[in-house]
Amino acid sequence: MKLELRGITKRFGALTANDSIDLVVEPGEIHALLGENGAGKSTLMNTLYGLYQPDEGEILIDDVPVTFAGPGDAMRAGIGMVHQHFMLIPVFTVAENIELGHERTRPLGFLDRRRARKEVEEVSRRYGLQVPVDALVQDLPVGVQQRVEILKALVRDAQVLILDEPTAVLTPQETDELIEVMRSLKEAGTSIVFITHKLREVRAVADRITVIRRGKVVGEASPTSTAAELASLMVGRPVKLEVDKATAKPGDERLRTDTLRVVDAAGQVLVDDVSLKVRAGEIYALAGVQGNGQTELTEALVGLTPVESGSVHLDGADITKAGVDAILDSGVGYVPEDRLHDGLISSFTVAENLVLDLYDDKPYRKGWSLDLDYIHGFAEERVSEYDVRTSGVDAAASTLSGGNQQKVVLAREMSRELRLLIVAQPTRGLDVGSMEFVHQRIVAARDAGAAVVLVSTELDEVLGLADRIGVMYRGRIIGEVPGGTDAETIGLLMAGDASVLEAKPA
Amino acid sequence: MATTEQATEVVVEHQVVDAQPLRTRIGVGAFLVLLGVVSLWFLGLKLDGSAKAHLNKLVLPGLATGVVVGVVILALAGYQLARGFRRQQVGLVLGGSLLLFVVAFLTWVSAHGDGARVDLTGLLQNSIGLAVPLMLGAMAGVLCERSGVINVAIEGQMLAGAFGAALIGSVAGSWFGLVGAAVFGALIGAILAVFAIKYLVNQVVLGVVLNVFALGLTGFFYDAFMQQNTQALNTPKVFKPIDLPVLGDIPFIGPLLFQANIVVYLTYVIIVAVDVALFRTRWGLRTRAIGEHPKAADTVGIKVLAMRYRNVIIGGAIAGIGGAYFTVGSVGAFGKNITSGNGFIALAALIFGRWSPRGAVAASLLFGFASALQTLLSFTVPGIPSNFLAMLPYVATILAVAGLVGRVRAPAADGEPYVAR
Repeated sequence: MKLELRGITKRFGALTANDSIDLVVEPGEIHALLGENGAGKSTLMNTLYGLYQPDEGEILIDDVPVTFAGPGDAMRAGIGMVHQHFMLIPVFTVAENIELGHERTRPLGFLDRRRARKEVEEVSRRYGLQVPVDALVQDLPVGVQQRVEILKALVRDAQVLILDEPTAVLTPQETDELIEVMRSLKEAGTSIVFITHKLREVRAVADRITVIRRGKVVGEASPTSTAAELASLMVGRPVKLEVDKATAKPGDERLRTDTLRVVDAAGQVLVDDVSLKVRAGEIYALAGVQGNGQTELTEALVGLTPVESGSVHLDGADITKAGVDAILDSGVGYVPEDRLHDGLISSFTVAENLVLDLYDDKPYRKGWSLDLDYIHGFAEERVSEYDVRTSGVDAAASTLSGGNQQKVVLAREMSRELRLLIVAQPTRGLDVGSMEFVHQRIVAARDAGAAVVLVSTELDEVLGLADRIGVMYRGRIIGEVPGGTDAETIGLLMAGDASVLEAKPA
Repeated sequence: MATTEQATEVVVEHQVVDAQPLRTRIGVGAFLVLLGVVSLWFLGLKLDGSAKAHLNKLVLPGLATGVVVGVVILALAGYQLARGFRRQQVGLVLGGSLLLFVVAFLTWVSAHGDGARVDLTGLLQNSIGLAVPLMLGAMAGVLCERSGVINVAIEGQMLAGAFGAALIGSVAGSWFGLVGAAVFGALIGAILAVFAIKYLVNQVVLGVVLNVFALGLTGFFYDAFMQQNTQALNTPKVFKPIDLPVLGDIPFIGPLLFQANIVVYLTYVIIVAVDVALFRTRWGLRTRAIGEHPKAADTVGIKVLAMRYRNVIIGGAIAGIGGAYFTVGSVGAFGKNITSGNGFIALAALIFGRWSPRGAVAASLLFGFASALQTLLSFTVPGIPSNFLAMLPYVATILAVAGLVGRVRAPAADGEPYVAR
């Protein structure tokens, strides 16, 4: 099946998300759609899948124009989509999730579960995608959930499979497996549209690459292009992919945790006996797949989450139960992973957000009230220093792009003399340009003598920045390795396999 | 066609936990100790040794029953505290203990009242009668909330149904009255649907408003028309009980369940239909899907909004039938606020029943039993404050739910409007 998009334009109010985009997907090819976050890739695919109606342009299947009023039409036409955020119902079984929407029934609408199961098992065998048919989706690891999503499309005889940022949630090993699956699907004749912003994966698997920037197709590239070429095409200017940093000069021990344990309300252990030491002037990265206790660990460090047992020391002083305010005042900067919910108050202005944790100290207050003039001047200074693109310091934070919002958070947290900087997922959702900037700032904080704890699920980021790496798995730090360690070792640790460390002691 | 054997094994980790968490173990244990002590002491030893209890035709010694029940429950409590039952058994133990306690309580009621006869069949019959509107209201709630729309307007739908049944039943006959009740209930359901689904109004506020709306509107029409012409507009015939052949002749169970009127039988049918349909049909799978994750349902081509409209309106109709039970099913006339909060209790039953039809029915029966017991006590034991005694079943319910059900999980998208695109 040949799929063609011709002149697709989609506007949301004043924003043109897709600007007359042309795209041809030939039968049996893996076509990568490369672009930064917010470039309009997902909008384009949602239009193709019938979730949005294009304002202009048409979709052609085997050179015949079609219109999709909803996803149902797209599926009937042979298009399947695996969404970035899985469209699975956690409390349903795998089989129920797969059959939902095209159920096998007996008379009167009764479900024919046996036939549904057989169908799922048959397709899963045919494509080598093993899934536990009767398990609840919520009990499955993310990689397996993704297989369920792919099967959902295959059971409906999808000829074109759209994968929207499929590797964002996977470990490196799971990513390799996915790439294998993509190759075998291609051999079986299924075309794949692979949406991503990760250059390595594109080069590994794509037959053709279309690059999108700001809603427009800016060019096609061959998979033999270098990463730097692809990156500059994607961003529109030459970019440096490596992080510039000098060798670390670690000083005294700054942060120490001893057998730290965090337990949630349901009694589940989220952080399990974590003992770590971070020195002044070094970046300690906590790597790991999302949801292995990194979030809870950082929250425990700044006092946001109660600690069950164990202790946290900053420069020898016990801050385990000191409380958030006192901890921040003692020179801890905290960039939370969810900047929109935890890092900013999006309806507040940029200036207000810049003093969220400073306002009750001098010189930001004057007597009982805020010193608005001082705050205004301070905000202007920060905005120009951090190159925050905003219409003014009185604009609401919600009007800023993700990258600029993150700059606001960083600017606020780095406005003080820092002894410890905790940054979680600092570049999630950021374009390559902002990413460079954020990385430079983190390195600058280290060089100014702060201890830095970096939480990231992006392996490239961890490898680029870290002086030491601790890999978290199920609440534990299952291995600590030096900064230059190869990606494969860390990947295995992320998957919970600590045996690599015994083989070659670090 | 190439097949790639995936090297990775799919490992699903099932947490096989047989033991209960310590907190549950101690909590349930303490509750059992309380039950045991109360029945041993107050329901047993404090009684006059010769007092006899009359339950139906059964004669039991009051003191002995209380003591035996007390000792059995205390023994169970001891095991629970010392060793802990397995998780699957806790419900059974707790339920059994509560049942024993209720038996001891009833013998106490009879023995304490100097051998006043406790009509067990009558008591249970009343319980079911009182539970019928609750069960229907709860089924209405199941339909709405499983598809993601909170229905606080059950009360209003019932009231509209009761009014419709009385009005149309008087004019055109009880059968039409029943249909009218469903239509009136569905109308309130339709208003709920439009404002909740299309205009995204906060569903709890909307439900409360609709209740007040139904109360005011039926009250107004009652004053303005029904009162003026009671004979023509407010004298629906009550459905006569029908003895089902064979089933109605089963001792004890027959008179309890199968000598009722058509509204009660219709209730049985609706309960079974909702339970079967929800878990075994395509409609049910899709309904649960749109209540859990509407976007996922949308992406596989299910029309989320259309389904929600349909389910909320059907739910309204069922609640309307629940309202009809008050007029054409039992009393035979409409009165202002005749449903008197039953819709809210149905909502509570729905939540206690964890949004499942079976659980909701069980909770409704429990609430029905509690009300029936209160009525019974006010007759048989005038000496003690019956309000206080009538509290006991509710207290027991709350503790049982807290101990057994634990954290209640609503459908994930319950009350979340879905904005398609």
